[in-house]
Amino acid sequence: MPLPRSVVRLLPFFVLWMCVTVLLSLSLDARSAEKDEILAQVSALLVKKFDDKARAVALLVESGHPRTEEILRLIKDGELYYRKKDDRLFSIPLAETGAQATDLLDATAVVIEKTRDFKKVTLNNLMRGQIGLALAEIGLKSEDPKQREDAVRKLLGELSDESVAVLRKRIGAEPVSAVRELISIALAVNDLKNGDEAARLLAVERVEGSLEPPVRSALTQVAETDASPVVKQKAQLALNGIDEQIRWYGMVETLYFGISLGSVLVLAGIGLAITFGVMGVINMAHGELIMLGAYTTYVIQQLMPNHLGASILVAIPAAFMVSALVGVAIERGVIRFLYGRPLETLLATFGISLILQQAVRSVFSPLNRSVSTPEWMSGMVEINPVLSLTLSRLYIILFCLLVFVALVMVLKRTSLGLQVRAVSQNRAMARAMGVRSKWVDAMTFGLGSGVAGVAGVALSQLTNVGPNLGQAYIIDSFMVVVFGGVGNLWGTLVAGLSLGIANKVLEPWAGAVLAKILVLVFIILFIQKRPRGLFPQRGRAAEG
Amino acid sequence: MLIMNALKGDRGGQILLGVLLVLVIAVPLLNLMLPPDHLLHIPTYTVTLMGKYLTLALLAVAVDLVWGYLGILTLGHAAFFALGGYAMGMYLMRQIGDRGVYGNPDLPDFMVFLNWDALPWFWSGFDQFWFAALMILLVPGVLAFVFGALAFRSRVSGVYLSIITQALTYALMLAFFRNEMGFGGNNGLTDFKELLGFDLQSDVTRLGLFVASALALALGYLLCRVLMAGRLGRVCVAIRDAESRARFIGYRVENVKLGVFTVSAMLAGVAGALYVPQVGIINPGEFSPLNSIEVVVWVAVGGRATLYGAVVGALVINYAKSYFTAELPEVWLFALGGLFVLVTLLLPRGITGLLRRKEASA
Repeated sequence: MPLPRSVVRLLPFFVLWMCVTVLLSLSLDARSAEKDEILAQVSALLVKKFDDKARAVALLVESGHPRTEEILRLIKDGELYYRKKDDRLFSIPLAETGAQATDLLDATAVVIEKTRDFKKVTLNNLMRGQIGLALAEIGLKSEDPKQREDAVRKLLGELSDESVAVLRKRIGAEPVSAVRELISIALAVNDLKNGDEAARLLAVERVEGSLEPPVRSALTQVAETDASPVVKQKAQLALNGIDEQIRWYGMVETLYFGISLGSVLVLAGIGLAITFGVMGVINMAHGELIMLGAYTTYVIQQLMPNHLGASILVAIPAAFMVSALVGVAIERGVIRFLYGRPLETLLATFGISLILQQAVRSVFSPLNRSVSTPEWMSGMVEINPVLSLTLSRLYIILFCLLVFVALVMVLKRTSLGLQVRAVSQNRAMARAMGVRSKWVDAMTFGLGSGVAGVAGVALSQLTNVGPNLGQAYIIDSFMVVVFGGVGNLWGTLVAGLSLGIANKVLEPWAGAVLAKILVLVFIILFIQKRPRGLFPQRGRAAEG
Repeated sequence: MLIMNALKGDRGGQILLGVLLVLVIAVPLLNLMLPPDHLLHIPTYTVTLMGKYLTLALLAVAVDLVWGYLGILTLGHAAFFALGGYAMGMYLMRQIGDRGVYGNPDLPDFMVFLNWDALPWFWSGFDQFWFAALMILLVPGVLAFVFGALAFRSRVSGVYLSIITQALTYALMLAFFRNEMGFGGNNGLTDFKELLGFDLQSDVTRLGLFVASALALALGYLLCRVLMAGRLGRVCVAIRDAESRARFIGYRVENVKLGVFTVSAMLAGVAGALYVPQVGIINPGEFSPLNSIEVVVWVAVGGRATLYGAVVGALVINYAKSYFTAELPEVWLFALGGLFVLVTLLLPRGITGLLRRKEASA
């Protein structure tokens, strides 16, 4: 019996398709065996009418299938498609020719040849609500209190009769008090919108002090449009209280940014506080020593690409050693011939900085290198809905304090520190007491340079690592040291932090660049008033 | 008479002025009279390059005046240079008139681009050359005066002064990078057409600028020499070598420093003003701290407290820079950095110091 022509023409495609499916099902045998009926049932319903789709969603939610959440999200985000010819479901994040489509059931990937082969699983508003609610409900049942809290917060943003019902059901069963609190606030927000006067009044009291954005918008609405003047007034009061708190947390955030910027400045400046402050040597190559530290971090990360978290810890001593060795070399090779001639030292070390910059440019190329942040340093700490702190900045602040304390300890508690202080106060007398002043000079310079290298490790986490990294920080470092008072580590700490804070406080008002200019102008004027900085060194040594 | 006295015994200065005189006469002749393929013909490109070097030499003389004779290591003189340059640039911008891309007769292109509808107040007057010329002297002068008055009165000296002069030029650089400042932001001022009605691209204008630069250098040199050859010069050196003693003897150290610093800043401004039409652009990069430090190195290489040494240093290093950055760009920073180190370690009196010593021993 001759087959119709159209069938004949389609035959090769059919065979090909069969082959592909057979091959795929063979390779994925183990996985496809696990596929249960429910998914098949659901996927069959999902391509039909809205009623059927709604049934499919209900079925899925009821089944408690482990992939429920994933599938619901796909539907909600409009990333679930079905292939027209066989009604199979695919997840397609990007619907365009050449993009990838993943089979929902057996996870095989297909390349989209024509976008019109696929059709989106569409939603109506009813289903959207249903899915949102189902998702939130799944979240509410989660083991993890954090996820439950997120689910409540999600519902708080889009309250509806159904979600309120779900929340009411949940509030009694919730074991964690913070989550329970949030649920009760969500219920109160609902009361604000839909309750009678007494309920609204109670609700206003209930939400007082909550910083959740939906609370604020609900209160604003009540304060503007509520029928009852009492409720209106109360809402306004609560709103004022919340605004006050938001303002306060805004200030805390600015302060935090300021302190973190300040600790970067302190880190960059503190090595200089030793070489410039204690030894009186103007080291214009200080910025380049920071840069060397940053490049050391980069190199170490390249050497151990599989241990990013550990590489940064290895980089700290390594950067210290690299910069310290270069520093000692600079001291022995150039600076020791120039003691007592600070201006010449400045020029010579500037020459060294140019050489180091060009050396790095020749070795690593002039392009910026990026150092990746290890996982344990990235992320945020959310204190409350209006205040969250970046973890990496927090680590920088801690690191800065650590370095500072370590340096103070070295200078105050070790014999090297004792000798350093002795030489800086009275070189001749120290020598008479048997201190090898030349050795002390080299060690002090090495210490200051090493600390610059350590600062480079911290900076590599904040900015790109490039040959100009040092130049960007040298002027700031000098400002910090001069502002704080030469020869005084505490002065450097106070100066760095206060300059950082000043910068960040001015920033929203004046813009980043203008803030920086204002700070510079302030320092220039300040130096006129107190040429020796905030905490000047007293005694004869300061006469210079 | 005064000048003759000042130049007596200043062999370096005599040679310098002689060379400048020869250049002023010979370069235009060689450029205009000889056919382009003649062996001794000087192309216009070279004339402009030489003119540029001469303005930089004037800047170096200004720095030598304060560093060599007063011991003020200024790391911000490029700021005065750039301010003078900007004043000239503003005049040149106004001369463009409606020949800009947007064809606005009043506003420079970048202002049209920023949607400004009127000229900011500080741009008014710059369509007049005499006003621009005044500003070229006044703006750097007033800034130096105010800055110096504050700094010298509170006796900020030594490295502290160096650092705050550096902060000054750094702050100005950041400020000029801002578009809102009204100086063209990142791109600066450029696309100049004519100066006093002369086309900037023409050979004659370029020769004129070269001659003007040479004359400015000669006059600037003479001014500094006259100042430093007299009593004032000796007071300056006294302040440089023992500031407290000079003060105790009864000299008004602050006033001397302030006066000389201001004059030096004005000279730097003139240098900048002559530099800009020859290179055809002024942008905030001119304020960068590196530029200021480079000038100090020219002076150090040439020899401090000689004035003519500054000229020699500026010319030698800038020629080397042009050569290296074209032929071996990798090497330039190594060479410059090495030069810093070697000169400070081995040649505290610079090239001219080396020559003088040879002369003395011969």
